[in-house]
Amino acid sequence: MSGAGNRYVVVPTVTVLAVIKNRLTGAKKGHQLLKKKADALNMRFRQILKRIMETKEKMGVSLRESNFALTEAKYTAGDSVKHTIVDSVKEASVRVAAREDNVAGVKVPVFERNDLDSSQEKNSELFGLSKGGQKVSSAKDSFQKTMDLMIELASLQCAFVTLDEAIKTTNRRVNALEHTIIPKLENTILYIKGELDELEREEFFRLKKIQGKKQEAKERQEKEDKEKELATLSNGKQVDPFAGAGNLGDLLSSPGLTDNDIIF
Amino acid sequence: MAQQQQGTSAQDGSLIALIGDEDTVTGFLLAGVGHKDFRQNTNYLIVDSKTTTKEIESTFLSFSQRTDVAIIIIAQNVANEIRHLIERYDKAIPAILEIPAKDQPYDPSQDTMLTRVKTLLGIQ
Repeated sequence: MSGAGNRYVVVPTVTVLAVIKNRLTGAKKGHQLLKKKADALNMRFRQILKRIMETKEKMGVSLRESNFALTEAKYTAGDSVKHTIVDSVKEASVRVAAREDNVAGVKVPVFERNDLDSSQEKNSELFGLSKGGQKVSSAKDSFQKTMDLMIELASLQCAFVTLDEAIKTTNRRVNALEHTIIPKLENTILYIKGELDELEREEFFRLKKIQGKKQEAKERQEKEDKEKELATLSNGKQVDPFAGAGNLGDLLSSPGLTDNDIIF
Repeated sequence: MAQQQQGTSAQDGSLIALIGDEDTVTGFLLAGVGHKDFRQNTNYLIVDSKTTTKEIESTFLSFSQRTDVAIIIIAQNVANEIRHLIERYDKAIPAILEIPAKDQPYDPSQDTMLTRVKTLLGIQ
């Protein structure tokens, strides 16, 4: 139970309590699911990292071989062959097609080699026709093999960047749910419950108080009634004892009365 | 993140762009990577001693903004010149591949992507 500041501003009623409780169950479910998603992404991410390292090393070796093959080709076919190659560029025959792969709801692009049978393919067969044709074509094969590795590496890197971003977003969501939204909802529920209890106690106390007042009023009424009754009763009695008092007359002033007991 | 083929290449499939020294580029051109559109724009840049850094920068930026390029292959010695651009680059497509240059030994610690991978794997 943290401070009252860490909760949503709501009206404490039973309806709102039900709504907040629903939201809490939703948030908890979402938290679980997102955590699972983050785990799945992380697993895939680690695999990709390992494969990037492996492929990168393979690519280095393959590229060295290709460069060696190219040097051989240049040696046999003459240095001018590279100008021929550069000048004969028209249209790319090696191309990549992007396809989407789905990892736990995250779309990861995957590149695939998609060759075109273009005129250049036939054109390149004429490189080094005069001499060193075999070396040129083996260099070409070697570079094409390297190309395959590079496309694989590119698609791994692409997946790496995409997954990295996705993992960051997912982790942010998981943490937000875990550390902000769920405690806030729990605090709100506590607040509403406390407030409702308070209201109930207040109501109970009021009822008790009213009952007490009523009782008091009733007692007072009874008392008053009794007093009234008593008063009427005593009034009747009081009249009686003094009723004949007038007949006594003034004992002192009666002139003819001589009483020895009366001294003066 | 579908690859859109706009403008230059009408056929399906995206291009692979190249920035590197003459031998490396020649090798890949031999493999059939090179492309020249009707405006004579190429998808490769041969970097020699006369090529300025500014030229490399603008070429790299234009390749990375082209929608028909899926991969940019860049030789390490060239990548070192525009390292600030590569480090700032955070898009998934086109993917940037650093390859060892022909006349220089490959230094894995300079590769931006590899450094990131190694940090995440906890190797370094």
